[in-house]
Amino acid sequence: MSDFTPAPSNNTHEEILHIEELTKLFGGLRAVNNFSLTLHRGDLNGLIGPNGAGKTTVFNMITGVYTPTNGVINFMGQNITGLEPYQINQMGIARTFQNIRLFPKLTVLDNVRIAYHPHAGYGLMDGILHNGRFQQKETELTEKAQDFLAVFNLQDRQGEIASNLPYGEQRRLEIARALAAEPRLLLLDEPAAGMNPAETVSLMELIHFIRERFNLTILLIEHQMRVVMGICEYITVMDFGEVIARGTPAEIQANPRVVEAYLGPGSAALSEKFSRKKAL
Amino acid sequence: MFKRIDRNSLLFFGVTIGFFVVVQVLILVGVLTPFYETLLRLGAVYAIVSLGLNMIYGFNGQFSLGQWGFYAIGAYTAADITFRWTNQASTAGLTVLLFIVLLVGAAILILYKLLGRLRGLDALSAFTVYLLAAFGLAVVGVKIGQVVAIPLNSVLAALPAGIATTIVYVLAVIIGALIAAEVSFLFGLPVLTLGSDYFGIATLGFTIIVKVLLDNSDTLLGFEEMKGARGMIGIPKVTTWFWVFLFLMIVIVVVRNLLHSSYGRAIVSVREDEIAAKAMGIDVGHYKTLTFVLGSFFAGLAGALYAHINGFLHPDMFNFIKSFDPMIIVVFGGLGSVTGTVFAAFVWPLVLEGLLRQILPPGFETWRYVVYPLLLLIMMLLKPNGLFGNFEVPYLRQVLPALRKKISTERSQAPSAPAVKEVNG
Repeated sequence: MSDFTPAPSNNTHEEILHIEELTKLFGGLRAVNNFSLTLHRGDLNGLIGPNGAGKTTVFNMITGVYTPTNGVINFMGQNITGLEPYQINQMGIARTFQNIRLFPKLTVLDNVRIAYHPHAGYGLMDGILHNGRFQQKETELTEKAQDFLAVFNLQDRQGEIASNLPYGEQRRLEIARALAAEPRLLLLDEPAAGMNPAETVSLMELIHFIRERFNLTILLIEHQMRVVMGICEYITVMDFGEVIARGTPAEIQANPRVVEAYLGPGSAALSEKFSRKKAL
Repeated sequence: MFKRIDRNSLLFFGVTIGFFVVVQVLILVGVLTPFYETLLRLGAVYAIVSLGLNMIYGFNGQFSLGQWGFYAIGAYTAADITFRWTNQASTAGLTVLLFIVLLVGAAILILYKLLGRLRGLDALSAFTVYLLAAFGLAVVGVKIGQVVAIPLNSVLAALPAGIATTIVYVLAVIIGALIAAEVSFLFGLPVLTLGSDYFGIATLGFTIIVKVLLDNSDTLLGFEEMKGARGMIGIPKVTTWFWVFLFLMIVIVVVRNLLHSSYGRAIVSVREDEIAAKAMGIDVGHYKTLTFVLGSFFAGLAGALYAHINGFLHPDMFNFIKSFDPMIIVVFGGLGSVTGTVFAAFVWPLVLEGLLRQILPPGFETWRYVVYPLLLLIMMLLKPNGLFGNFEVPYLRQVLPALRKKISTERSQAPSAPAVKEVNG
């Protein structure tokens, strides 16, 4: 199925991300094989698959953590394959992590302010001398960060140490931090992992909200089907490093190959019976 | 202009300058014996090298045992310059090293800009390019320096002896620090790519290399005046309380300002979570290098000052065992605390050399190396965060900016902000 052709999207917006024939080998292991994906501006797409399917590896290749063995990643018309992670972030791709990676001992405000660092607008010498330019730019930067925290309703927490926040807020802070540098594309790696149902609902609303508010394109990995089926418009399914299906949530749910990948061979028929029962 | 100086800075500078004046007066009156004055000067020197290490280990998270090597480089470089000036009335050492430092420094800065643009250049080939450029320019620097030395000699000879020596001394100290910084840059290129523990071992190796080279400095390197393992004598004792205090204050202000800027936050983010820092657009390698070079600059500065305290240098002073001294000071004072580091650096020589020598009966001096590790053990058990933990005096403390009142307008712009729905209390 490696020659699986992407379904023509009816989205007429400009292309944000275009991945072609992406392959990653870890020694003899083909973690990702001939992966291709196209995202248009404003898309909210999901990437799902059983554990070990290679979803996070794809993320790591997009963000530059791994260099692809083969293939090309184009972001807004520019080839970003093989760039350093920080360069890719500065071009406008932000991500969150499967297990939250905040700067644990820093304050909430500093967590966001670090994300602004590439746009600080003053040089190292200004920073050492604390001159007028530093004062002005630093105030601007801090105010921007505080406004930003207010959008996520974290403004009262600005002085709190990040690791002392409750789990849901840590997730929110991580998303806020990722968005601080105003990326064009946001990659969310299992944002709902470890969340209770109420937190999950609020997260789904948050994702919808940031997409509208920041004019974002979002690609997310998720295991909670409620989240994926609830918010994604288009889903790509991976198994053993290969794309096995693409389509809308409804199409994916009906796809026997997907059910097989998750539940094992022979389970497709069972699932059909089950869904018919549910429909009745 | 005056509005910008807030109360905390005023208080800080008032207290420190007051402390300086009191000590200076006590020295002049003769209450403070030369013994204790030397301990204070040593404390300031330790404070500078430990602040450098705290930048690297406490704020950037890189476990470096190499600071003592850079300290040695700074000491011997500066000592060589002032030795040649006072004993041979020659500025050849000064000009040669000055031009080496300037040329190599400029080359490093230019190459860093150029090579940074290349995609996929590995650390070792970059290292080779830098090393070739550094050696080539060092040879050029020697040639230019020898030519310039002659006119400069006559200019300095025309000045009063005291002033000329001071000029040479200050330049020597700065050159010593810069040489240490440049060496640390070259050394850091391949080594900083290592993970934290491996980096520690590699830097320890560096300290040992420097010590062995200094042992053979007269035969192997050809610097006869350094006298190898016999120890270098005849260095002018010009480091007064004023100079160490001045340089310490500059270092504290630079460290404080840097840490309170966006660059400081970038440095700390590398310690907190390297992967997250990369994903936030922070060039981790750049900030590791920057911190390492800056910390080594401070180490070189401290070494250069130290060389002119006793007027005697011996390779054994730069033994790798001693390289744990700044590490102990930093951990004792509190990792990531500037206040703690400075305090511990002054306490270290005062307690070890001063108090324990006085308290313990004669003949028991050796026991102080039992007493202080015991103190260290007890402290680690009771206060593992160090003496000061994260505490800073108000001037050095980062102030949390006041909350802004624009929140209401933000909310009206986004009435349906789901973030408003509190999930948890």
